[in-house]
Amino acid sequence: MIFLFYTAAIVALIATIAVIISTNVVHALVYLIISLLSVAVIFFALGAPFAAMLEAIVYAGAIMVLFLFVMMMLNLGQTTQDEEKEWMQPRLWIGPVTLVALLLVQMTNVLLTQDVDLRPIEVGVLEISVLLFGPWLLAVELASMLLLAGLVAAYHLAKK
Amino acid sequence: MDFIPYEHGLILAAILFVCGLVGVLTRRNIVFVLMSLEIMLNACGLAFVVASSRWQHAEGQVMFLMILTLAAAEVAVGLGLIIQMYRRFHTVDISVLNEMKG
Repeated sequence: MIFLFYTAAIVALIATIAVIISTNVVHALVYLIISLLSVAVIFFALGAPFAAMLEAIVYAGAIMVLFLFVMMMLNLGQTTQDEEKEWMQPRLWIGPVTLVALLLVQMTNVLLTQDVDLRPIEVGVLEISVLLFGPWLLAVELASMLLLAGLVAAYHLAKK
Repeated sequence: MDFIPYEHGLILAAILFVCGLVGVLTRRNIVFVLMSLEIMLNACGLAFVVASSRWQHAEGQVMFLMILTLAAAEVAVGLGLIIQMYRRFHTVDISVLNEMKG
């Protein structure tokens, strides 16, 4: 489990960094899929198989396919990639990266004061379903309304 | 018996979140901005699942489900907006949007 966690974590980090520094949209998308799949492996290692399956099916499957369809519709060619290379100047990265790195150092300092081990005891579909259709029923209904609103808004916005 | 330390899971989530934040702050292509937002939402979900594993409770995973739903709705609306923007301005550069006058 521990080997699985650290390997998947390293893959996820490398793939995520490749997403934000890549200039080709489709390459970035494939790296993002790799990152999401390795996060799914991390969920397995943490004893959350249901979340891992949802991550693989909904995130890496549905949402990324949506992205891919839109990329095919837009048909961004070589000019966009050249523009992208022009925008990727190191001096633009210095400010944001410094500030965000400071935030990360602070957050890491706070987190490292804890000393608890994770015991990957599997939390299965049953426990989650009991919660989803018990105390969280209203949230599930609201999520369905949110998805409906997203559907209607996407249809309206993408219409000519 | 060796276990994964709790803070390592949270630190991984924090690093992924920060990568997404850097992407949102630096990229000018709106497609990359939307992808970085996805990375940030995914990192939040990872933090929830790590916490669910820490307290051995399923509610963190319920929250992950809510984040998943939110991400799906957000991507649908965001991609619709990208398509509309590409139709009007023929570019994916977000700096053209500062000239919008309604």
